[in-house]
Amino acid sequence: MEWLQQLINGISLGSIYALIALGYTMVYGIIKLINFAHGEVFMIGAFIGYISITGWGLSFFPALLLSMAICAVIGVIIERVAYKRLRNATRIAALITAIGVSLLIQNGVIYIRGAQPAAYPEVFANKTFNLFGAQISTQAILILSVSVVLMIILQFVVHKTKIGKAMRAVSYDAEAAKLMGINVDNTISATFAIGSALAGAAGVIFGIYYTKIDPLMGVIPGLKAFVAAVLGGIGIIPGAVAGGLVLGVVETVVSALGFSLWRDAAAFIILILILIFKPSGIFGKHTREKV
Amino acid sequence: MKKSKQFWVFAGLAIVFYAAVQFAISGGFLNNFYSNTLIFMGINIMLAVSLHLVIGITGQFSLGHAGFLAVGAYVAAIMTMKLDLPFVAAILIGGIAAALAGLVVGIPSLRLRGDYLAIATLGFAEIIRIVFLNIDYVGGAAGMQVTHLTTWTYTFICLFVTILVIVNFTNSRHGRACIAVRENEIAADAMGINTTYYKVLAFAIGSFFAGVAGALYAHNFYIIQPANFGFLKSIDILIYVVLGGLGSLSGAIVATILLTVVSTFLQDFPETRMILYSLVLIIVMLYRPKGLMGKLEFTDYLKMWMRPKGGRQHEQ
Repeated sequence: MEWLQQLINGISLGSIYALIALGYTMVYGIIKLINFAHGEVFMIGAFIGYISITGWGLSFFPALLLSMAICAVIGVIIERVAYKRLRNATRIAALITAIGVSLLIQNGVIYIRGAQPAAYPEVFANKTFNLFGAQISTQAILILSVSVVLMIILQFVVHKTKIGKAMRAVSYDAEAAKLMGINVDNTISATFAIGSALAGAAGVIFGIYYTKIDPLMGVIPGLKAFVAAVLGGIGIIPGAVAGGLVLGVVETVVSALGFSLWRDAAAFIILILILIFKPSGIFGKHTREKV
Repeated sequence: MKKSKQFWVFAGLAIVFYAAVQFAISGGFLNNFYSNTLIFMGINIMLAVSLHLVIGITGQFSLGHAGFLAVGAYVAAIMTMKLDLPFVAAILIGGIAAALAGLVVGIPSLRLRGDYLAIATLGFAEIIRIVFLNIDYVGGAAGMQVTHLTTWTYTFICLFVTILVIVNFTNSRHGRACIAVRENEIAADAMGINTTYYKVLAFAIGSFFAGVAGALYAHNFYIIQPANFGFLKSIDILIYVVLGGLGSLSGAIVATILLTVVSTFLQDFPETRMILYSLVLIIVMLYRPKGLMGKLEFTDYLKMWMRPKGGRQHEQ
């Protein structure tokens, strides 16, 4: 039952990627910006979880909620300060600003607390269950259930609430949405808030799963989550989840086959293959470029 | 006629500058620290100028320049350390290897535009880094020992050739085609310009000089490691080009000199340096998205200054 074990590991990892990828895909869908700072929001989320568990003695769920709330605020601040002025700027200018914000947060955190890693506290007694010969830890179940619940909430928000409707309208056509009386600025801020909250949650469960966090931890998972978003079709919410899961499983399989040093390369090879053969992603529709 | 006069003036100035520095080094007026800073500055200028050709002139947003730097560095290091070839040959082979890598990366990924191209080049650069990380022949993560061979003379000659080739390329028919691609790819295509050809050409030339810079870079330190060629290195090079002005060669050079000096003084405070860098990036993008010099060259300023009433012909 080796494959089942790997599948479970892969899905646990993949659901973390999926949570981060949701933020990427929502932001890209609405303002066509690759928010490089998203990986840094994920890192901050992990640190807030760490501080609130070890420093303030909170238990897991309050820490998770606190981390999500603070990350949402940070996401909105980033958008208001750095990206709002660039709505009508060139794509390259926006992308460079996003890289700048990402570097600023990383090095700001290093400046404040140093680059040394921190060990995450154990919040749950780690038991393992036996399922058809594969070992499932409580942590894996926890990660999965938190991710699934958050994704269901997100799906509900996007499809059943007013703000979700506004988000869909703005991503379809911002100009027309504005004419129909939608407050585009607030909608974009809400998108950043939701996406960043999900990244914060991903940060906390990443910390619990890997037990070690550091200020540069956001870079690689951030890039991979972006790969996941592209894989599923950027701007498409179910696509981000599917992309994240696929990427997690592929990575685990590559590691299990004994190529663990090539694991990071696998993600980028997938990225390049998908960009070359189907740039719109698995779930994307082909759109023609307008002249 | 006028153009060649300008060329000779610049070439003359450059050679005087070279001779002055060489005299200062051999006379012992410049200590090791300063001559090393000069060499490092020269390498950075080569990188900035080669990326300028890709981003500033052709408008292809590449985030993977450190990958080509890595190819040049490793290939040149293998040539001198393992195969005992002379340094000049190593520089050339390093450049050619990087140009080939540029072709391999360019042909598939240049079908993409904007953000997607940026991400694809980033992915390629990471793959190149991971490949070097996994090859035991070049030392894996521990890195590879390289002898110190880079001197001011080598750096100067390579830098001079880089600038010469890229300026001439920009002013040629091919360069104008590249600028057309930058301004509007679809329109350029409709006018009969083979856009893919020019994009790949600019990419390959840019990679070639990045590879040459890599050969010098490798032989300027005693050890090279895959960690030196990560995403952050690409960003470093990008900052030079962006700060100077996307599309301005002299802007890229001025920005590189400025930032190399700043980062040399901040060497002991790496996070302060990166905070400064990132703030510069954000503030420049928010308040002056075209960079310090925009698309203007240094000579345009000279012309304006000499003929204050004349029209600013070169501004778009």
